[in-house]
Amino acid sequence: MGWTRKHLLTIRELEAAEILTLIDTAASLQEIAGREIKKVPALRGKTVVNLFYENSTRTRTSFEIAGKWLSADVINFSASGSSAAKGESFVDTARNIGAMSPDVVVVRHSASGAAALLAREMSCAIVNAGDGAHEHPTQALLDLLTIREKKGHFEGLSVAIVGDIAHSRVARSNIHGMRKLGMTVTVGGPPTLIPPYVQELGCKVAYRLDDAIRDVDVIMMLRLQQERMHAGLIPSLREYSRYWGLSLDKLRAHARPDVLIMHPGPVNRGVELSPEVADGPYSVILDQVAKGVAVRMGVLLLLAGSKSAEAA
Amino acid sequence: MSILIRGGRVLDPANSVDAVQDVLLQDGKVTKLGSKLTAPPGATVIDAAGKVVCPGFIDMHVHLREPGHEYKETVATGTRAAAAGGFTAVCCMANTSPVNDNRSITDYILARARSEGVVRVYPIGAVTRGLEGKELAELAELAEAGCVGFSDDGKCVMNAELYRRAMEYTLPFAAPVISHAEDHTLSRHGAMHEGVVSTELGLRGIPAAAEDVMVARDILLAELTGAHVHIAHLSTAGAVRLVREAKARGVRVTAEVTPHHLLLTDEAVRTWDTNMKMAPPLRTKRDTEALVEALADGTIDCVATDHAPHAVADKEGEFDGAANGIVGLETAFTVLHDRLVRPGVLPLATLISRLSRDPARLLNLPGGSLTVGAAADVTLVDPEAAVTIDPARFAGKSRNTPFGGWTATGAPWKTIVAGKVVWEA
Repeated sequence: MGWTRKHLLTIRELEAAEILTLIDTAASLQEIAGREIKKVPALRGKTVVNLFYENSTRTRTSFEIAGKWLSADVINFSASGSSAAKGESFVDTARNIGAMSPDVVVVRHSASGAAALLAREMSCAIVNAGDGAHEHPTQALLDLLTIREKKGHFEGLSVAIVGDIAHSRVARSNIHGMRKLGMTVTVGGPPTLIPPYVQELGCKVAYRLDDAIRDVDVIMMLRLQQERMHAGLIPSLREYSRYWGLSLDKLRAHARPDVLIMHPGPVNRGVELSPEVADGPYSVILDQVAKGVAVRMGVLLLLAGSKSAEAA
Repeated sequence: MSILIRGGRVLDPANSVDAVQDVLLQDGKVTKLGSKLTAPPGATVIDAAGKVVCPGFIDMHVHLREPGHEYKETVATGTRAAAAGGFTAVCCMANTSPVNDNRSITDYILARARSEGVVRVYPIGAVTRGLEGKELAELAELAEAGCVGFSDDGKCVMNAELYRRAMEYTLPFAAPVISHAEDHTLSRHGAMHEGVVSTELGLRGIPAAAEDVMVARDILLAELTGAHVHIAHLSTAGAVRLVREAKARGVRVTAEVTPHHLLLTDEAVRTWDTNMKMAPPLRTKRDTEALVEALADGTIDCVATDHAPHAVADKEGEFDGAANGIVGLETAFTVLHDRLVRPGVLPLATLISRLSRDPARLLNLPGGSLTVGAAADVTLVDPEAAVTIDPARFAGKSRNTPFGGWTATGAPWKTIVAGKVVWEA
């Protein structure tokens, strides 16, 4: 299926065929990472602006590498060290950057809906690189690509997403993507970290770790942010880690021997994942990171590359 | 100076009138109703055939923003917006800057209303000094200066003991305490209703219980004190149930509902349009259905708009950070007539009553009827007018409406205050 959308804002709005187009495109670009000269001319003369209002290592770096390998001019904007630090509003900054005619703006922001807001305010293509607790579509795409490479297919696979579901954009994008591709999803965590009515998104809920991870093909552990404790959502990191941290013992006792352990990073070692699990044979955490570059190349190519291909 | 309104359908719920009649207004009063009245010499004659003639609408919950936030609205622009919506009187909330928590501010607002206003303005005084929820404002002096009710609207008085004392202290004034019922510890940082939509959008939700808990508390305090408590902008099915049950037991509780809580749900937030953001938030279909039913059966006493003007800069940008509130004066009748009266959900006479007679009754205000001798505050509506709501044409200063672009049938046609036409379509 071809790609016709101007933006990549959510996984929720995509058809299964569109998700597969994104994943297939990314898969075909993976070999570039192995080349001696990692550069193709696909986006030569195109400008990609990374507009990051939240700290990010993996996502920002991989968008930057992706753009550069495709020969685009990549500009990194971070809120500190810019006019945003002088009090310029997000919308004003966006309009100003828009006036400089970028082809793609990749946006990361702590407010849900920030990417949709830019799609309304700017005329270029917008890629959502994470908006609040709403969505993080490229993370879900790289997770899905990792799963397909390891498992060979999607249909019928079962996944547990464990941890702070309430505040996780990664969980939301993955729930939508996995459901559309025929996978079953269970979310697990203490009830204070499970958002209300999450079942209506088509997933099951488990309030015990062993229930969540039993017999699933994939376990995705989410980062627990320290702030949750101060907000009164969990009593202590110690208690959270005891009941919801994934140790090798719990893994061996309850999970399948061929289970994949995933994590969107950054990992709190010793909180949600014990080091033996994070670095152990089940873990595909670094495969996820590697696929992030290919996924972001695919997204940039589909959003910015098609028109130049027509023109050529 | 006199006006003869000829041949309109006179709808006056207070007197159980629904008939084609002429209405004569002289010297600021209603002087005669009947068929084929003769126009006195010099009278202006309005041919109202096909129009509905009703008591002037009263909005008991608006924010005129003056003093302090004149860039959003002023007494001048807000009362013009009111007139354009068929309202002949408004009650303005106390969250101005400075707060209307003392007589000098009330006097100022009333002076502005006399010099700049085109409809009647009745201030609501603050319950607590600075809306801080710590000490009582000078409630007796506020009442004497002309405040018709007391409210910290925008904030809830979280201290139950203080709120109890406010209810007791105001017992002699025949002016209710008006509750913004929101438990801030439950709603804190919420941007929308807590439900499946907030979960999908990743926006922090405000549970219905944040309202219900406070409605329950305020009903119990009304029972304890014997005071009249009015619940502002009721938005949940649970609060409807609590008010209905309390009224059945004879508690002095009344309630209002806004057009947006009657007609819109949290699904509208999916657009990320910040004009869908207000406190309390848009709830679910189950709630809107309960609200409509309660408005029809009288559990909810009246419609109020919670007209809350905001400048573009307050509303553009991220949903989380956008100001709460929307304007409502210029759209209230039109959207309710089109979406509730025309489909047969709410009788026109009930809507008129909820907009005029009922708020007048519960605040002890003049107006709300076309009784001979009453003030000549009259609203004429054209039930067949086809309109497209265009915020650019609002008489008010701000444009923050969720109803922009709606097409609807039925609109205010002329607004008459004290026997003078102050607005016409």
